[in-house]
Amino acid sequence: MSVAAPIAEPEMEKPLSPPLSSAPTDLTPDFSKLEDAPEWFQSRARAAWEEFQSLPMPGLRDEHWRYSQSKNLSLDGLHLAGETTEAEKQAAIEGSKGLTHVAARLIFLNDRLIHSQTDGLEQGVVVLPFAEALRSHGDVLQQYLMKRKADLGSEKFAALHLAHVQAGAVVLAPKNAVLKAPIEIFHWVSGVNSLVFPHTLIVAGDHAQVTVLDHHASLRDEVAQSVAVADFVAGNGSHITYVNSQELADSARALHISSTTVARDAQVKALQLQLGASFARSESVSDLAGEGSRSDMLGVSLPFSSQVVDMRTLQNHLAPHTYSDLLYKNALYDKTRTIFSGLINVADGAHYTDAYQKCRNLLNSADSEAVSMPGLEINADQVKCSHGATSAPISADELFYLKARGIPDQESRQLIAIGFVEDVISRLGHEELIESLDRRIEEKFARQAA
Amino acid sequence: MSVETPDIADIRADSVGDFYFPENHVYDAGYGLSEKTIDYICDVKNDPDWVREFRKKALKVFEEKPMPTHWATTDLNNIKFEEFRYYLAGDRKAKRSWDDVPEEVKKTFERLGIPEQERKFLAGVEAQYDSEAAYSNVKKVVEEQGVIFMNSTEALQQHPDIFRKWFGKVIPTGDNKFSALNSAVFSGGSFIYIPPGVKVKHPLQAYFRINSEQFGQFERTLIIADEGAEVMYMEGCTAPKFETATLHSAVVELVAMKGAKIQYVTVQNWSSNVFNLVTKRGIAHEDAEVRWIDCNIGSRLTMKYPGVVMKGRRARGEVISIALANTGQHQDTGAKMIHAADETTSNVISKSISIGKGRATYRGLVHIPKHLKGCKNNTECDALLINSSSRTDTYPAINVRGNEHATQHEASVSQVSAEQIFYMQQRGLSEAEAMSLSVNGFINDLVREFPMEYSVELKRLIDLEMEGSVG
Repeated sequence: MSVAAPIAEPEMEKPLSPPLSSAPTDLTPDFSKLEDAPEWFQSRARAAWEEFQSLPMPGLRDEHWRYSQSKNLSLDGLHLAGETTEAEKQAAIEGSKGLTHVAARLIFLNDRLIHSQTDGLEQGVVVLPFAEALRSHGDVLQQYLMKRKADLGSEKFAALHLAHVQAGAVVLAPKNAVLKAPIEIFHWVSGVNSLVFPHTLIVAGDHAQVTVLDHHASLRDEVAQSVAVADFVAGNGSHITYVNSQELADSARALHISSTTVARDAQVKALQLQLGASFARSESVSDLAGEGSRSDMLGVSLPFSSQVVDMRTLQNHLAPHTYSDLLYKNALYDKTRTIFSGLINVADGAHYTDAYQKCRNLLNSADSEAVSMPGLEINADQVKCSHGATSAPISADELFYLKARGIPDQESRQLIAIGFVEDVISRLGHEELIESLDRRIEEKFARQAA
Repeated sequence: MSVETPDIADIRADSVGDFYFPENHVYDAGYGLSEKTIDYICDVKNDPDWVREFRKKALKVFEEKPMPTHWATTDLNNIKFEEFRYYLAGDRKAKRSWDDVPEEVKKTFERLGIPEQERKFLAGVEAQYDSEAAYSNVKKVVEEQGVIFMNSTEALQQHPDIFRKWFGKVIPTGDNKFSALNSAVFSGGSFIYIPPGVKVKHPLQAYFRINSEQFGQFERTLIIADEGAEVMYMEGCTAPKFETATLHSAVVELVAMKGAKIQYVTVQNWSSNVFNLVTKRGIAHEDAEVRWIDCNIGSRLTMKYPGVVMKGRRARGEVISIALANTGQHQDTGAKMIHAADETTSNVISKSISIGKGRATYRGLVHIPKHLKGCKNNTECDALLINSSSRTDTYPAINVRGNEHATQHEASVSQVSAEQIFYMQQRGLSEAEAMSLSVNGFINDLVREFPMEYSVELKRLIDLEMEGSVG
């Protein structure tokens, strides 16, 4: 009977890296700063603040937090990220090592724009910092800004985000614009107990194509929290490729809430690369709204030490003849945990749907723990659906094969783990992007070895 | 009392269980549930003090626990606990011979073919009618081997030491709201003890029948297979279809000691007004095996997730599950596999079929804690959707710690393809026959796991459920 409260429910650990002070936090937004903003935005920000205050923190019985706990994202003791010094800005700019060929690059530090380079943009594609987009493209934002309600457990955090959002990139690609080079955004955080709200909005017009790469990073190893929201709107026949590369400091915490709407014949590929933070949670929803639409949901996490990665996904098939494919791979080390909970929902009338979902865990230590909760809800006809979850260590055969070729054990284990996650990264189909992400993964292994 | 009972011939073939006799109870605890109800049950059953206390504690737990609607269907809120009767019995003493069984009870079970089956292939039979067993018999040969097979009310009186040792140990009162409810008002069910090394050749069978309206049946079954013993237990359930809801909430505990094997076969064919909320769990000690073979065809809502706690080294757990959900039905079934020792292995194979507006749900739990070595789990769940308004859900949870285990889970959802049906029609089968053949093909490898008599019956039941579902 009690599937949700089984005898085997894991013991609730203490929340990870508790903030230094547990004094009640005042996160009241300074609405006077919004005087220049459009009226609709001011009222939405105020409403969001009300909503944030009225919603409780998700409780232990909340199904969207099963095997996890919202205490890991406790706001106690946190404050809005403050002003930074010139030296910090310089460090952030120098630390923003990314792709060689980009169409645009924006760098934010503590939710403030510190660098902007947009000379590679062409075909009318616009990349704007959030605050500027609010002034110049208010109508577009009014239409799309957080219109798809977050519903995978972090409604309260999404409301807090909307009440505070001022940084991040707004990418608008007009009809038929095809931008080959990626757009790269860096979000840095600095200062103990700083709270940031990075935002990403990508609107691709009919048949437009864009690639966007978000980075989240810390200047120092200190407690900080990022509450990011990203919305992708793919018009008819358009292509959006998105990567969220999370490399925050080991004591930081990250939440990334994303919503994707895919229109007729459009394709969206989105990858969550979780490398940093003590607790990282992603909530990704993909609405397949138009016939012939396709969504690829990808995830790679590589937790070491005591990192916890918590992933929640929804493949939401709303129209017939839609296709979605999810592949999340986790390679776990030391005393880490990963929690994957995914759902394929095939709505009434979404006939001829193809939906696939796979979560694979590579357990590399005796104390690592992988939880997989792949789910299906099917209400339509002529549906092809499957899901799978595996959890296992590296096979002895594979190790033996490499050993026979003279590769030391430690090295072969790392090679196999890199190969294991590489399979996901390569699905992005963008060579420079793949190489750059591979480099980050190898660097993480190198850091751990050192 | 002079209601005429129809002849067998009058009963439609697809509703073997849909008939009832007028109520003729000597004991009736009345409507609603309170301490008074429990005192009534204890007095009637002559329960020892510790049982009375156990029941009252359980009632408190039941009252405190919320409905699990944060994950389960909200249809649970339609259960009006105050509108049920919790204990109804004629004669409390189970009869050893069919001749002594009251006429209408005998007719009921004869109509369902129980005595006939007993003669044919069963080692022992117990037949429960509402709250108490009406008939209980075990073949002499089996009894001489030291096998105890009786209803749990009797066992409580006659074998208190074995009963008490394991009672409530596999499924504690507070496991969930419905196990607490059962612990408060349990009555009937089987108690089986198989002595060390005894392998019971033929299955033991229990038959559960609800005859009364607005009634809850709460049987409690406890099976203990001592070291190296083997037993197969089968249960079947039916009830007439009333306008009002009926509640069935059983607790079944299995204990397989070192090297023992227990197979528990269920064919559940409650009528479509029954809430069937059952907790089933077995403990497998070293080298022991617990297999649940579970088939759910009837009921309005079934929530049942048989579990195995693999407590000893190399213990094995298995759940084979078939669910058929027709319009107005929700089969919420699954399995729980708790690995608690090294080198334990578990296997879950679940197949569900949704017809019309039926909804089939699979919920699973696999737990492999750390510091264990060499545990393996395999889970496969396949769903077949027959109509465009049919629905299926799958919600597994797999929790693996450490790098010395292997688990895999796979699920698929499919339809009977138009090509398949067309192909068979080409060869002269009607559309309905073709559909039925496809469905039987889908579950065929699982149906084979049931004893012969059951698998024939199962195929027939499935054919009947499928009737008229095409087009």
